[in-house]
Amino acid sequence: MKLLKIVAALALTAQIANAAEPTEGGTLRLIAQPEPPMLMLGLNQQGPTQFVAGKIYEGLLRYGTDMSVLPGLAQSWTVSEDGLVYTFELQNDVVWHDGEPFSSKDVVFSLSKFLPEVHPRARGVMGHVKDITAKGANTVSIELNAPFPAFLQSFEVSSAPIVPAHIYEGTDYRSNAANETPIGTGPFKFDEWQRGSFIRLVKNDQYWQDGKPYLDEIVFNVVPDAASRAVAFETGKVDVLRGGDVEYFDVQRLAALPDAETTNAGWEFLSPITWIQFNLRNEPMNDVRFRKAVWHAIDREFIANAIWMGFADPADGPLPASSPFYKENLPAADYNPDKSRALLDEMGLTPDENGVRTTVRYLSLPYSETYIRMGEYIRQQLREIGIELEVTQTDVGGWAQSLGQWDYDMTVNLLYQYGDPALGVERAYVSSNLVKGSPSANVSGLDNPKIDKVLSEAGTATSTDERMKLYAEFQQTVVDEAYFGYLVRVNFPTVYKTKVRNLVGSAIGLNDTMADVWIAE
Amino acid sequence: MNRLSYLIGRLVKGVFVILAIGVLAFLVIRLVPGDPVAVIAGKSGAVDAEYMDNLRQKLGLDQPLVVQLGIFLKGLVQGDLGQSYRQGAPVSAIILERLPATLLLTLSASAISILLGVLAGAMAARRRGTWADSAIGTLALLFYATPLFWMGLMAILLFSLVLGWFPAFGMVSADMRYEGIRHVLDVLHHLIMPMTILGLFYMAVYARLTRASMLEVSEMDFVRTARAKGLPESYITRRHILRNALLPIITFAGIQAGHLIGGTVLIETVFGWPGIGRLAFDSLLQRDYPVLLGIFIVTSAMVVIFNILTDLLYTLVDPRIEVNK
Repeated sequence: MKLLKIVAALALTAQIANAAEPTEGGTLRLIAQPEPPMLMLGLNQQGPTQFVAGKIYEGLLRYGTDMSVLPGLAQSWTVSEDGLVYTFELQNDVVWHDGEPFSSKDVVFSLSKFLPEVHPRARGVMGHVKDITAKGANTVSIELNAPFPAFLQSFEVSSAPIVPAHIYEGTDYRSNAANETPIGTGPFKFDEWQRGSFIRLVKNDQYWQDGKPYLDEIVFNVVPDAASRAVAFETGKVDVLRGGDVEYFDVQRLAALPDAETTNAGWEFLSPITWIQFNLRNEPMNDVRFRKAVWHAIDREFIANAIWMGFADPADGPLPASSPFYKENLPAADYNPDKSRALLDEMGLTPDENGVRTTVRYLSLPYSETYIRMGEYIRQQLREIGIELEVTQTDVGGWAQSLGQWDYDMTVNLLYQYGDPALGVERAYVSSNLVKGSPSANVSGLDNPKIDKVLSEAGTATSTDERMKLYAEFQQTVVDEAYFGYLVRVNFPTVYKTKVRNLVGSAIGLNDTMADVWIAE
Repeated sequence: MNRLSYLIGRLVKGVFVILAIGVLAFLVIRLVPGDPVAVIAGKSGAVDAEYMDNLRQKLGLDQPLVVQLGIFLKGLVQGDLGQSYRQGAPVSAIILERLPATLLLTLSASAISILLGVLAGAMAARRRGTWADSAIGTLALLFYATPLFWMGLMAILLFSLVLGWFPAFGMVSADMRYEGIRHVLDVLHHLIMPMTILGLFYMAVYARLTRASMLEVSEMDFVRTARAKGLPESYITRRHILRNALLPIITFAGIQAGHLIGGTVLIETVFGWPGIGRLAFDSLLQRDYPVLLGIFIVTSAMVVIFNILTDLLYTLVDPRIEVNK
């Protein structure tokens, strides 16, 4: 018995030692799904591109899982008291993958020329900038037109990747031949890409963080079928499954494998939320009573537990619960079909002989089986209260076009919130973003001067208390008016082999550099 | 000489067929709802109108459809298939990179399906009405009727997950960096499952076709004459029946060869095989029109070429057929 205890203690000590001391070497085998169209992160920010290229390129800053600001290519930063001037001190001894030295020139070029031309999100953020100047080789100073506190949340690698000026300056960025062999400053260098098969990155021996990265190689396998991806993990051909790689009904089974672990961390920056999107231009969606009727017909607990298999929480409003601006105790959208019926009665929408009060079009979002099931559930629930959905089936391309052309009545959408509400949330609510043609603009047709004003003030207020007050007002208004049918906040699960350590270390999770990841053999 | 001028005539006709298919495909693709710029914008988060207009202009999508068609045809005549919207690379390079994988899979699957299918069909015909005939017929029906992707998934579960004999996906072990003969063996190891599943489906067709065709030929007068002459049965089967029964099989093989190039989407998806079937599917989802059109052109060119080869093969198998008729 005593011996057993000693053995157990030894094993525990070994485990602790193991956890504390990373070992070098090894290949991490991942899945890139779907295959990214390119790896030049400045030109393409699709999810898979961020995942792969996030190891090649770096941003000025990183963000912890608590959304704290961490050093990236900038080792320190200061913000002037009036909130107008941001000064970044860059890391020393950084070199590009082709051996050229990195300097403030690259940062100025990326932020003032490259990104505003080709990067849709950075374009918006850099619109706040009055002037960017290099103060010596290692310092960059950015002056804003007006205070914009979300600015410090805008430098994560996919939001503002720093690209090499010596390769791109004076060229046509999109057709530059170097896009095929991306050159960054990150811990891993591009090695080989056999399209349709795999992408391989290798260790950057000249990485500016001494002793890192630990891994020799990262291989991203292209495995187009979800069932095959599950088998690939089970047979040990890949080490990690990202959220969405396998259907949620498979996750629990795979997570229960003896050598597997699961985490929900690493989605704090994007904090995805799903909602029912109404086209507020059309009847009867323009009536708050109709929208509330839809709210009360849907059981969010059911969606979270039975459709997302527990990898989601019911959403009660527009902001993630992890946001510092999240307002607690918003009026709950309780599941109560009787309330729905009463509201529809009040509108004068009475049932015909088949029990149908009204018919609206529903544009199905075909991201995965889970979204299709969610659509089926919503249809079934609304039929209960007499709203008949006429479902349009299409693929993601068709869905995006219908949404961008405002040619829909109701659909389900997934929104990434990009850290600060001024960056990711505002775009869906303000009238200045009523842009036809873009599925990610304000497509619902929401045009409320009160919301415009509150969001504009909240975006520029320098005091956090003031911002909290304004965002609280915003949350109250949109929930009262039920402009969107908030469904669930998704906690995408990452399933990985126990031997993989330090996998998730920041708010962008698997999209981060992976400089700290190591494999315990 | 006859054969050469025939060949040239067929090739010229083939070029017009491909051009016609190009125009048709161009128009059909544009009928599908979906705007490539909206797809790109939808994946990028916030996008302003000016950005989208710029992108549309860069891709040439701001031009009237007729002008776009003209640009496409002009390029096509010059052998230029344009640039991919998504990857920014030349379409021809993208397709050429993926074509060998598809050819390896389809040609090897064709080879085993023809070989085994004709053998099985011949055996069933010779032993008509016996248990062997029934067994071959039943198996052929089973393989023919079972959906390919389902067979593929079941094979992965059995041979990868349970038995661990074959890899579940891909064409190479990317993490192993094999070279030379090890690399060839690695590719073969990955090839066996998708090739067999795809082969079994077509084998079933060949077996049924061969059996029916051979039974028909074996009723003919010249076979009866051969038997009356006292020739051995195996000789009659080989030299008289099978050779004459091959014509419909060659016809089918010609049609199927073109079909195979584009028809492997499911197998390529289930097994993660990096061929052009999957490239076509991905390009459709992404509304990457130039790549999609390029694949149509390449596939139709294959069909034209295989058809010409089939016709030439007829003349070798059956000397009574002349090329200029």
